[in-house]
Amino acid sequence: SYLFIYLFYYITTKATQFFNSGHTNNWAVLVCTSRFWFNYRHVANVLSVYRSVKRLGIPDSHIVLMLADDMACNHRNPKPATVFSHKNMELNVYGDDVEVDYRGYEVTVENFLRVLTGRLPPSTPRSKRLLSDDRSNILIYLTGHGGNGFLKFQDSEEISNVELADAFEQMWQKRRYNELLFIIDTCQGASMYERFYSPNIMALASSQVGEDSLSHQPDLAIGVHLMDRYTFYLLEFLEDIHPASQANMNDLFKVCPKSQCVSTPGHRTDLFLRDPRSVLITDFFGSVRKVEITREAVNLTSAAEQPVEATKEPKSEPLSYVDQLPVAEIIHQKPKQKDWHPPDGFILGLWTLILLVFFKTYGIKHLKHIF
Amino acid sequence: MAAIETEKQRGRYAALAIAAVVIVLGIPLWWKTTETYRAWLPFSQINELDSLQLQLSVEVEVVLSRGTLSPEQQKKVPLSQTREQEHQIDAKTVLRYRYETKYRTATIMEEDALNQPSAQEADLSLHMLSESACGSVVVYIIPETSTLLPADVKVYVGQRRTALLRAALFEGTAGLKEVLSTLEPQVKQVVDTMSFSHQDILAALSDRIRVGQVSKESLADSMRAIKSSPGYEITFSLLNPDPKSHSLHWDIEGAVNSYIQPLLDKLNPIANFSVDSQILYYAVLGVNPRFDNSVSAYTLNADSLAHVINPVEARLGSNAASSNPVLNFLLYVPDAQHSPLFIRDHSKREIPSNAFHSPRWGGIMVYNVNDMYGPEAEFPVDINISMSKVMGVFLAQLRLMLGVQKTQPPPGFVLQSAGSEGLADWELDRLMWSRSVENIATASTTITSLAQLLDQISNIVINDNIAQQVSSAVTSLQAAVAELEAGNLAFALQYSREAILASERAFFDPSLLHLLYFPDDQKFAIYIPLFLPMCVPIVLSLLKIANEIRQRRADKLAKKD
Repeated sequence: SYLFIYLFYYITTKATQFFNSGHTNNWAVLVCTSRFWFNYRHVANVLSVYRSVKRLGIPDSHIVLMLADDMACNHRNPKPATVFSHKNMELNVYGDDVEVDYRGYEVTVENFLRVLTGRLPPSTPRSKRLLSDDRSNILIYLTGHGGNGFLKFQDSEEISNVELADAFEQMWQKRRYNELLFIIDTCQGASMYERFYSPNIMALASSQVGEDSLSHQPDLAIGVHLMDRYTFYLLEFLEDIHPASQANMNDLFKVCPKSQCVSTPGHRTDLFLRDPRSVLITDFFGSVRKVEITREAVNLTSAAEQPVEATKEPKSEPLSYVDQLPVAEIIHQKPKQKDWHPPDGFILGLWTLILLVFFKTYGIKHLKHIF
Repeated sequence: MAAIETEKQRGRYAALAIAAVVIVLGIPLWWKTTETYRAWLPFSQINELDSLQLQLSVEVEVVLSRGTLSPEQQKKVPLSQTREQEHQIDAKTVLRYRYETKYRTATIMEEDALNQPSAQEADLSLHMLSESACGSVVVYIIPETSTLLPADVKVYVGQRRTALLRAALFEGTAGLKEVLSTLEPQVKQVVDTMSFSHQDILAALSDRIRVGQVSKESLADSMRAIKSSPGYEITFSLLNPDPKSHSLHWDIEGAVNSYIQPLLDKLNPIANFSVDSQILYYAVLGVNPRFDNSVSAYTLNADSLAHVINPVEARLGSNAASSNPVLNFLLYVPDAQHSPLFIRDHSKREIPSNAFHSPRWGGIMVYNVNDMYGPEAEFPVDINISMSKVMGVFLAQLRLMLGVQKTQPPPGFVLQSAGSEGLADWELDRLMWSRSVENIATASTTITSLAQLLDQISNIVINDNIAQQVSSAVTSLQAAVAELEAGNLAFALQYSREAILASERAFFDPSLLHLLYFPDDQKFAIYIPLFLPMCVPIVLSLLKIANEIRQRRADKLAKKD
């Protein structure tokens, strides 16, 4: 047990050492490549990963989230403004704290490649850029419908594995990442990481070539499948991770074995320089900062400083705030008088149709009785 | 019969004419219209840039004061020596250091200056006498018996580019050469501290070279210091979690103007800086401090500091218009319930500055105000924050973040503190050396990888403006390397900045996007339905003509026989 204590101490000091991972900041690029109501599960996938990544510390300014974002306010959503990831509506992953950077029709192959390579027009705001440097660890998560060697973007275009590998190589040439973790949850996902050739990339996929990734569970009230199996078990694994956790990548590779996932998840570590055993989950999913104590301070003379005149603010009465939600008024309110509007087009059209049919059947001579 | 023959002849001519038009006009037209516009790039010059051969020249002036040399030795001075050192880093990178040392004796005025009571005053009067060029080092040798420096101090580095070195030069009949050769390693140590050492340059080239060659301290410094960028944004934030108890006032504008702005002005050759500030209310640290009974105060220990930054960062805004890296400096005033709050290091000792920093991000300082009011004060209490203390800490952190401060100087060295500008001239020179090298290395890697990319992917359009940027980057790079070789540090830095701006603009131009990857089978699938129906009749008719000619020849041959 003494040895165990010593080992534990050694491991914790090792983790706080400066050089363990070589990164000083974390970024995440989370992309959902599908739109339409029946692809609800892909949006729920990405939002769940987004929530985990935020919980573990990566701020919104360092997350590039690309979503079609047509689930929460979809006409078919029985619970508007929510996206659930658990059946029985246990966990709403949409909430009011989601910052989507590319939404709707902005999620295209071109924009995705532009974000990765940094070739954005100068007018692009900061939140839509991947401002990583040579000491950034980047997590890239893709989900949607895919095939052997390609990934479908919004039913209109595809990105091939060669293009993705070339984009990563351009990122490496410009040293836009220190280490990259690539996770893909689509059918035949392993084909997307086959062509990578840049160093320091670790890749995980939910299924091998020739296999389909399956969805997890439908919710009968919402009417669609809520999550994919691989991401569901990935999230279960991430729920146990907290910012100080020491779990490493080997544990991540064991997530969702064939018995649970039906497809065979795969991974690729040959391009990665470090041993996966020494790579912490929080190196990619969280944002643990390296911190140093400031030992010295510059001795400044305060001769240049004038004492700020403490402007005595006039004593004001204690403030009271107006009731933001006047519930009492709402409950006892009379219903508002609605102004009269002429009947809209549909009703008019319907009646015109009925009249026409009547006169066609029974003859035009009846018309003079009406007018 | 003749009519049929003429018809056939006309048919043959028609087929030949169509085939001729297709081959002579059609194919070149198709080729021209489907090719992408690619402006000319100076590929040969770019290939030359791929192998980086840098020569860094330093001018060192060694001034020997009275008492260090014997009269016969003094007669041989002044003289100059050049020393060159070459390092082959890898197959493509060669570094050459050239130290041009000029030895001379001190003038009367310099002797007077060196007779001052303390080293600080000596330094002050010395740089009133002359101005040394950017990137050069002047070392004054004082005799061992001199009382200018305390006993255990061997070298005193001043605020400008001068250093005082106390050397034991043996008396007697030793020749000047031996004396100078004993002096040389000590002078080299001083020059390494004041301009650059091999490790510093290797750390600046860390993009190009693999990690194994760089020492751990240099690697730590390069990971801590923010990467070279044309501009930086510095944000000062005041976090007030308890506005009901404390009403905080800080004169940030005045403090920035008096303390930070001189440093930023001095760093103008390196980068542009923009400073802003904000006050955040109800912003809490993400960690709960623990109450320590022994000091009856709340403490945050070093292990939990890493988790403080993330919840705060979500609240900090940043200037959306620029993509420059941001350095955040936060001043946290603990709420009345958790005052006073002290930070403890790993050995549980108190830290005088009560602040910590995170590499490439910024720093956080905790400012306790509980001793400014008693328990009977009426809340909210008006508190004026003493900006000199705060700015002292922030300035130190800023120097670390920008890569000005390096690891410990060698033993026996005393570095004079930076003074009103916050930055000594030689520190600026150090930064300029490493920044020039870093910029040149980055710009050359960018240009070469861009050229490689454009060469490899043949369906990227290269517009004229990209070609122009690339050409200007190449010329600036060549100029920067030449200036470094000549020893003009300021010009080298300027050219390297231009080179990096041009190369980044060329590399990240939005038009350089190859969208469509055409595998060969897709190319066939597209062109076959277009060209095959057209080519089949042409080819068949040409074949028919050829057959007829062959038949006729066979007939002629048969007829002859």
